[in-house]
Amino acid sequence: MSPGKVLERLAQLVLVLLGVSVIVFLMITLTPGDPVQIMLGDQHVTPEQEQALRRDMGLDLPLPERFATFIGNAFQGEFGLSFFHRRPVAEVIAERLPATIELTLVALILAVATAIPLGVLAAVRKSTIFDKLATVTSLLGVSMPGFWFGILLLLLFAVNLQMLPVSGRIDFAYQVEPITHLLLVDTLLRGRPDAFVNALSHIIMPALTLGLPMTAILMRVTRASMLEVLAQDYVRFAEAKGISRRRILFRHALKNALIPTVTVAALETGTLLGGNMIVETVFGWPGLGRLVVESIFVRNYPLVQTAVLFYALTYVLLNFVADLLYTVLNPRVKL
Amino acid sequence: MTSLAEAPESGRDDGSPLARNLRLFAGNRLASLSAAVVLAVVLMAVFSPLLAPHDPYETDLFRRLQPPAWMQGGEWAYLLGCDALGRDILSRIVYGARVSVFIGFTVIALATTVGILAGLAAGYLRGWVDVVISRLVDVLLGFPYLIFAIALMAMMGPGLQNIVLALAYKEWVIPCRVVRGETLAAREVEYVEAARALGAGRIRIMLSEILPNILSPVIVVATIRMANVIILEASLSFLGLGVQPPTASWGSMVADGRAFMLEAWWVSTFPGLAILVLVLAINVASQGLRDAFDPKFHD
Repeated sequence: MSPGKVLERLAQLVLVLLGVSVIVFLMITLTPGDPVQIMLGDQHVTPEQEQALRRDMGLDLPLPERFATFIGNAFQGEFGLSFFHRRPVAEVIAERLPATIELTLVALILAVATAIPLGVLAAVRKSTIFDKLATVTSLLGVSMPGFWFGILLLLLFAVNLQMLPVSGRIDFAYQVEPITHLLLVDTLLRGRPDAFVNALSHIIMPALTLGLPMTAILMRVTRASMLEVLAQDYVRFAEAKGISRRRILFRHALKNALIPTVTVAALETGTLLGGNMIVETVFGWPGLGRLVVESIFVRNYPLVQTAVLFYALTYVLLNFVADLLYTVLNPRVKL
Repeated sequence: MTSLAEAPESGRDDGSPLARNLRLFAGNRLASLSAAVVLAVVLMAVFSPLLAPHDPYETDLFRRLQPPAWMQGGEWAYLLGCDALGRDILSRIVYGARVSVFIGFTVIALATTVGILAGLAAGYLRGWVDVVISRLVDVLLGFPYLIFAIALMAMMGPGLQNIVLALAYKEWVIPCRVVRGETLAAREVEYVEAARALGAGRIRIMLSEILPNILSPVIVVATIRMANVIILEASLSFLGLGVQPPTASWGSMVADGRAFMLEAWWVSTFPGLAILVLVLAINVASQGLRDAFDPKFHD
């Protein structure tokens, strides 16, 4: 891939990011209700004080100027005050972000670790009962509403079997001094296996719920691309040469079959961000997704808008990475 | 002017591909069964006042969290039990189908219409029209779907009409992309060139010549997407951002039952099962439709 093409894609990326910012800005501007009144709540102020606050918030400026200020502030990491917390929005989001990142990563790992072997097996044992079972499972996976699957897991493992905790990230007795703010990593770094197990027992159900649709999709993709690769001439040639089935699968076929899987995994990681809001709500997970849902109900708009901007930017960047990854892994594709 | 529809190059003179595709679809037993399930849910939604055994809004605190009929304390008149306000769960599921079916069909109809028009314009007219539409599509694809819908619902407030808008604002980009791609290929085909040579106008070429020939993938995509839209609506209602009480919606019924999970599992379980059955049936039927319409078509 030539540097010129990468630059072209980067220019497109900047354009999309700008467009995303415009839409988020318009969401702010077109929201019914006066932000000043929302911020003041029940406080009684004079019209002059109200006007001063309006000026401070830049709401008296014309729309293009407000957009320029919004972008300028965003570049400096200034997103205003969270009405509810009375603290900068960026600070509140940064506090909740590690829990969401940790949950997303564990869901991603679980999905990839389950989907690839099952997808390969389904392709290798095409049209057997295993393949049919895998197809049904993957169909169920994409059709299952995440919030309901989460509730079923809670009913089974937390309420009936009482094997796993209902909510939260770790029990109070196991709190550890943060290093990376990712609890599973921190508990290991601090040499606390008991706390690690406790944190793992908290994250397993939310991660399974979040990763379920992704597992289903990756399984389908892996199966389809493995079947395609297995029908290629070079695989037949290897078979004709008498190379063992296992060697053909792992040394030759899998490497090529995984190209679409890796790309789709990168794309689907962005989709996991949306799923976080549902899963964190079901499991009381103290992450950004739950914070956003809570903020909607207390009309904490600056926080909601900043989070939406953050999610969208992350999503766009992940899509860009997926694009690059595809071309890097598959030299035949040119951007 | 000779009717262009009669030209042999048009590829739609015999009318048989659709019939053949439908025959292929009917031959797929699982897909046909799934289509029958979808049809049954649609009929249930339409005739819910006749089918529901009880008034879905009638509360009876003596029946608060009454278990399903086969459990101790249950009664056959209230087959799936009652919720925390003593309302019949089965009746609410029957009425709840109205929300899912209405949102699913309305959003897809609206988004597909807009997507077709935008995709045809972008693919056929090219130039600045294509640039503007394609960039807008890129920008909207830059938002994770659920987050975009949640943000819009937060801004617009809950309600049936707002859910339709919040979902359709982003949904149209999917048919638009499909139609644009198909149109780009179709505009160079002989029958379109023949129509141009015969002096047909741009709108006529787009709507009468290209559109009928690219409908198959659009129909397939629309059915696949409907399952997604129904899950999104249920998710919004689950979060409390969708249809508001006391209107019965499957997503909000699941949410209502969360608080009583320890004592009454049935309150959340049955509405969730209803969502799963409908979405699964749509997914299986759309897969059958895809295989029948174009075996090489991948989602």
